[in-house]
Amino acid sequence: MEEVDVEPAVTNIPAASSGTHLGFAWGPGDILVYETLYKASGTGSGDIHEVRKDEDIYSPILRKLFNESHHIFVGLQTIREDLPSKNKKPQFVSISKNYRSVIRACMEELQQVSILLAIELIWNLCEVLFIDAAPAGSLLLHLLDWVRLHKADVDEKAREVLQSESPAEHRDYWDVPGGTQTLTEFDVKWRHWHEEVDRCLQDNSFASNKHLELICKILVGDEDTLLEHKDLLSTWYHFLVTRLLFCHPTVKPTELHYYAQSCLTMFLDSRSVPEPLDSILLAAFEFDIHQVIKDCSIALNNWWFVAHLTDLLDHCKLLQSHNLHFGSNLREFLLLEYASGLFTHHSLWQLAVDYFDHCPEFGRVYLELQIERVPLDTERKALKVLRICEQRQMSEQVRSICKIMAMRALRNNRLGSALSWSIRAKDAAFATLISERFLQDYCARGTFSDLDLIDNLGPAMLLSDRLTFLGKYREFHKLYGEKRFREASKLLLSLMTAKIAPRSFWMTLLTDALPLLEQKEVSHHIVRYAVYGQVLSL
Amino acid sequence: MFVARSIAADHKDLIHDVSYDFHGRRMATCSSDQSVKVWDKSENGEWHCTASWKTHSGSVWRVTWAHPEFGQVLASCSFDRTAAVWEEIVGESNDKQRGLSHWIKRTTLVDSRTSVTDVKFAPKHMGLMLTTCSADGVVRIYEAPDVMNLSQWSLQHEISCKLSCSCISWNPSSSRAHPAMFAVGSDDSNVTYGGKVQIYEYNENTRKYAKAETLMTVTDAVHDIAFAPNLGRSFHVLAIATKDVRIFKLVPMRKESTSTGPTKFEVQIVAQFDNHNSQVWRVSWNITSTLLASSGDDGCVRLWKANYMDNWKCTGILKGDGSPLTGSSGQPTAMSTVVGSSVQTSQNALNGMSAGRIGKRAPFAPPLRQLTSPKINQHPAYY
Repeated sequence: MEEVDVEPAVTNIPAASSGTHLGFAWGPGDILVYETLYKASGTGSGDIHEVRKDEDIYSPILRKLFNESHHIFVGLQTIREDLPSKNKKPQFVSISKNYRSVIRACMEELQQVSILLAIELIWNLCEVLFIDAAPAGSLLLHLLDWVRLHKADVDEKAREVLQSESPAEHRDYWDVPGGTQTLTEFDVKWRHWHEEVDRCLQDNSFASNKHLELICKILVGDEDTLLEHKDLLSTWYHFLVTRLLFCHPTVKPTELHYYAQSCLTMFLDSRSVPEPLDSILLAAFEFDIHQVIKDCSIALNNWWFVAHLTDLLDHCKLLQSHNLHFGSNLREFLLLEYASGLFTHHSLWQLAVDYFDHCPEFGRVYLELQIERVPLDTERKALKVLRICEQRQMSEQVRSICKIMAMRALRNNRLGSALSWSIRAKDAAFATLISERFLQDYCARGTFSDLDLIDNLGPAMLLSDRLTFLGKYREFHKLYGEKRFREASKLLLSLMTAKIAPRSFWMTLLTDALPLLEQKEVSHHIVRYAVYGQVLSL
Repeated sequence: MFVARSIAADHKDLIHDVSYDFHGRRMATCSSDQSVKVWDKSENGEWHCTASWKTHSGSVWRVTWAHPEFGQVLASCSFDRTAAVWEEIVGESNDKQRGLSHWIKRTTLVDSRTSVTDVKFAPKHMGLMLTTCSADGVVRIYEAPDVMNLSQWSLQHEISCKLSCSCISWNPSSSRAHPAMFAVGSDDSNVTYGGKVQIYEYNENTRKYAKAETLMTVTDAVHDIAFAPNLGRSFHVLAIATKDVRIFKLVPMRKESTSTGPTKFEVQIVAQFDNHNSQVWRVSWNITSTLLASSGDDGCVRLWKANYMDNWKCTGILKGDGSPLTGSSGQPTAMSTVVGSSVQTSQNALNGMSAGRIGKRAPFAPPLRQLTSPKINQHPAYY
């Protein structure tokens, strides 16, 4: 397969002077570019330019396309592999139509004709040729629908004119193949009719009525006549289908490319160069799926179309038979590109997650790399990101995100929040650190902050010794406050003997014990406190 | 591609480095004016300078962010032979309202006897570790054992590379399959001194870094070096900015169980591009390592991409146009507005498309009238 030689696009960066170097820095979804000089000498200052790819993810209308196609994509991935293919084909066709209807819905909102029109045109043709794989007979009917649908989209006026010579009229003229007769029967009948009309033309039977003669010439597919009316058939593929209709209605899929090529050549005048769209359609008529995908990748600078179409074709097992080992790699490559592009968007990144999930080779690692970078603007967003990571057992990412949030809270002196994030991160060291802060706070102010949190630690308390101590110490205070002196004292003693109290706190504990000693229930503890005090003094 | 926004950096002299933070919401710039500026991106995408302060007594070459797990921490390095670590202090409420923040110096690293040419934090799984390299050919690795006390750093390793160093890059991979590794590039221009890229690897037994590989085929001065993000591969990918752009693949060879030395690598060159036609000064990978950018003496930034067959190609060029700010359509444009990108944007007018992004790809749409279009020149989605 030939490599199309495409020149890289050049983007101009406004620079104050020539002869400077351009420095750069990669960002999420953009690249910052600035003037600099890599040799030491030279002065100057300048601007920093944010350079981005032309990207549709910022278009509100296309957002609908991305959202709805995501839904279809996920549905497609969950079709059971073990169904026999004849059951699957109608499902695939239906999915293809779903994708196309989403495209059409967006087209309606975008007032003007756009790239979506081309995309729909190509997709539709791919559906007819590859997914539905229409055989001879119905193939032409599908192609007629294809052209007519497209024509209707593009040119109202042309449609009016066309209707006067509408194929539909002629279609009624004979029975639809596959309906009440076989293809061969139809073919025979059609040839007979064709010969009739031809003979009439030769006989000049219609000489008196120029208009009728013209129609007949068209009906027999007289090339010159058709070409004369080129302007009514605005495109070569319309010309192709018209010609097939009148000359070879039972055309086989394998014969298509021959007619397509000749129609393209005939239709374009000698000066015209085939456009990218033409090459793509031609490749489709040649059943060269790989070339279609490749040309589309080059012509379109959004991955949406090639990613979804290739995925669907891969599910239809069309890529594998067509190309060797890189069939499924191509699918994954395109999906990864598409999803990575979504990831830089502040809300669409969530759609990307599902795409990565269905890329067996690199999906996970791509997701790990990119999800870490999602800015954790709010707690809510952080929790959303966390949930996604937790669902996928991405434990390192979970830990990292929680740690970032904990650090941020700590810097802003929100100890309670910092502690709860540390617990979620299972970060014992950090939990210890924050517990220390709580204790220091207590020493300084005589009260605890964030009591709710500390009171409800539950088993999380066991994460670190210091945290356990914090929880238990707070419990001691509660007991004392409730005048449950016996239990308070017991707890205090256990804190001393369990050795989880930080050294710096021992004096405080003993001091806490003093008022207790005045309580009658506790007096028998005196001995133990005394022992403890002795130990301390040593 | 197009210029979405232009920010007046307001440095009084050349900018030498711009660095995005981990989440892409803040950036730091450093300059020959000896200062560092920190910028914050607001919700609507506008950048605001929230801090600007003098950091060194010479040109500041590089500035880099620590991982946000360690808080808001920056490191800078300078011609003044020092590197410094800075931490943001949460300010007074009226400062916050004015959108300002304060950064204070936590430490100055003064061990180098010459200009410090690069400063990089090691991957976060190694703790809070900072690496510098200098024109005196020494790489120094510092560690802050207590992340809550950034004024305490200890010099853990001092590695003499024998040649003047210009750049370092850590292998970002945290895989246990291989030890910690970094690459050093030398800008020594004497080609007889052999390989200008050295790879060092940590040895668990000796607790030291040992040289694992020298890329002998790189004999010209190296200005920048960058390991690609790993993506779970068993081999490593390294990009080098020298007289051209080179991409190497380092495949670890199976170690004998008795071997205690550094890993042996099979070194393969994956790609080599001389399109800059001149010295290449910077190379850097995007987050997913699917795109490499390089900057050269020709005043261009080039973007390189591999297709799914692993064939590398240039997919875009950013070129300083050496003229005052005008849109390519010839109309002067104000700052901070969308500037048209390539010269082909006039296509839009031809096909009567809207000026929206979609319209830019007008030549590809089915013809309304019979128009011929030139070859597609928009940035192709190279597959």
